[in-house]
Amino acid sequence: MPYVHRRFPYRSPPGLTAPEPRHPVVIVGAGPVGLALALDLARRGQRVTVLDDNDVVSVGSRAICWSKRSLEILDRLGVGERCLAKGVTWKVGRTFHRDTQVFEFDLLPEAGHKMPAFVNLQQYYVEEYLAEAALASPLIELRFRNRVEGLAVGEDHVRLGVGTPEGPYAIEADWLVACDGARSPVRRMLGLEFAGELFEERFLIADIEMKADFPAERRFWFEPTFHPGQSALLHKQPDDIWRIDLQLGWDADPEAEKRPERVIPRIERMVGHRDFRLDWVSVYTFQCRRLARFVHGRVIFAGDSAHVVSPFGARGGNGGLEDAAGLGWRLAAVLSGRAEAAILAAYDRERTFAADENILNSSRATRFISPAPGAERLFRDAVLALAAEADFARPMVNSGRLSRPCVYPLGAPDDPRLPPAARPGAVAPDAPQGNGWLTEALGMEATLLAIGAEPPATGLRTLRAEINAAVADRYLGQSDRALYLVRPDQVIAARWVAAGAAEVEAAAQALWREPA
Amino acid sequence: MTLITRPNLPDADGFLAELQAAHRGLAEAESAALNARLVLILANHVGSRAALSEALALAVRTGARGPSAPSRSPEDT
Repeated sequence: MPYVHRRFPYRSPPGLTAPEPRHPVVIVGAGPVGLALALDLARRGQRVTVLDDNDVVSVGSRAICWSKRSLEILDRLGVGERCLAKGVTWKVGRTFHRDTQVFEFDLLPEAGHKMPAFVNLQQYYVEEYLAEAALASPLIELRFRNRVEGLAVGEDHVRLGVGTPEGPYAIEADWLVACDGARSPVRRMLGLEFAGELFEERFLIADIEMKADFPAERRFWFEPTFHPGQSALLHKQPDDIWRIDLQLGWDADPEAEKRPERVIPRIERMVGHRDFRLDWVSVYTFQCRRLARFVHGRVIFAGDSAHVVSPFGARGGNGGLEDAAGLGWRLAAVLSGRAEAAILAAYDRERTFAADENILNSSRATRFISPAPGAERLFRDAVLALAAEADFARPMVNSGRLSRPCVYPLGAPDDPRLPPAARPGAVAPDAPQGNGWLTEALGMEATLLAIGAEPPATGLRTLRAEINAAVADRYLGQSDRALYLVRPDQVIAARWVAAGAAEVEAAAQALWREPA
Repeated sequence: MTLITRPNLPDADGFLAELQAAHRGLAEAESAALNARLVLILANHVGSRAALSEALALAVRTGARGPSAPSRSPEDT
């Protein structure tokens, strides 16, 4: 069944008839990143206005692979379980050279996590669920068919010219967050450089509807017989929709390649029959670029407006949701007066670091899939040739290193006796707790997590963890006790085997203060 | 310095001969591909990122155009 795009309601904005009071925060773009940020801010008690130039969710599946970290973020915003229930859960990837499997990975070999390593779910579903949650929030105002047409950045506010079907109006905001995508109009209006690299390669990306019993695995081929000399990707989505990526080469004509008479025979050779329906077709060129800084005075960038990557590794949509998680609690603290605007520098520092890691990984994968002629091609082919026989070469076969949250370099209190997976800067690993999960219990506030230890008396929200095998493995290691300070975005801020109230409070206060 | 640059290979003459023999009769592209596979195999065997980076730097440096290395004195020939 093809997805039915419902139109979200357009309502006349008050600014058309009278000046509006200044908005605390305006988000431009009601895609997954803008909506997730709006919900995150609203959950922290902040009023948010979201402008979008359109009134439907994304056309075509676009981002389809949602990582465990993204699902945990979506869960805190109230839509994680819907995404999990609708999505196709997978964790195994297989890579083939010609028609022989050369590499296999299992992304989540251990149990005891609420969320799986990945689910595949078309971006339009994720947007639909987020938009429904946002529409239900009394703190979020969604303005569809409101296009930002002009921008004047002041010292302590931003003035926006907005176009609607009924004409233009103006609003002011204390903060503007641009979640307006890879071609960000806000970025263009500010004249900011978006530096990086374009890969001279074209890929056909298609969603097809077919009944097939291929397993729920990521399958990637180098030089398969059905698509000689190029690469191919097959991924299962809900509703009997399958994502297909086919490498075409730089010389391919993007317009001609999008025509069904060209697309259908290519896919027929891949799936072995013609019993499918084309749902969406696009021809892409991939780029890796980012802004030098994500915070420009009162204008903040998040998601594709701040950084773009090639899709191998699913680091675009997931990186964007991680941006929203990294920004929401800090911007809420600034809006509520709890913290100075200077703490937004930590958002910039952490998420540019993450963007670099995502760009590094996706560039390497893209180079492996589409090597330049000469030595790059020579070594790529050498790896593939060796992989058929030699174990060591198999993990070198790079069809995309799938998105994992980076570990922020925090330089925070740590104890080397505790396990490295839960070190400061890492996302707090999930574990079962009672009938629920640790990620649920941690919630959206800074929390002192006490494991086998009496927590010192601090002003912090404190949680005593139930010790089970997963908690012991992920949080204790060789120790019998530990204290973890977990940030509002569920990143570990600091940890100790034992600590007094003063040490813990100093680490907690550092969350809300940027060192001069 | 992690990379061993002093003589460390028994029967070095024999190895060089074996390497050249493996390339005999190969077209230039086949030869380049053989070397690429060999580099990857040996890199895995070495297993030290630091040693490999030093090896790479040494290979790049010695291939750079410029004054050639001091020639040996005549009595060595």
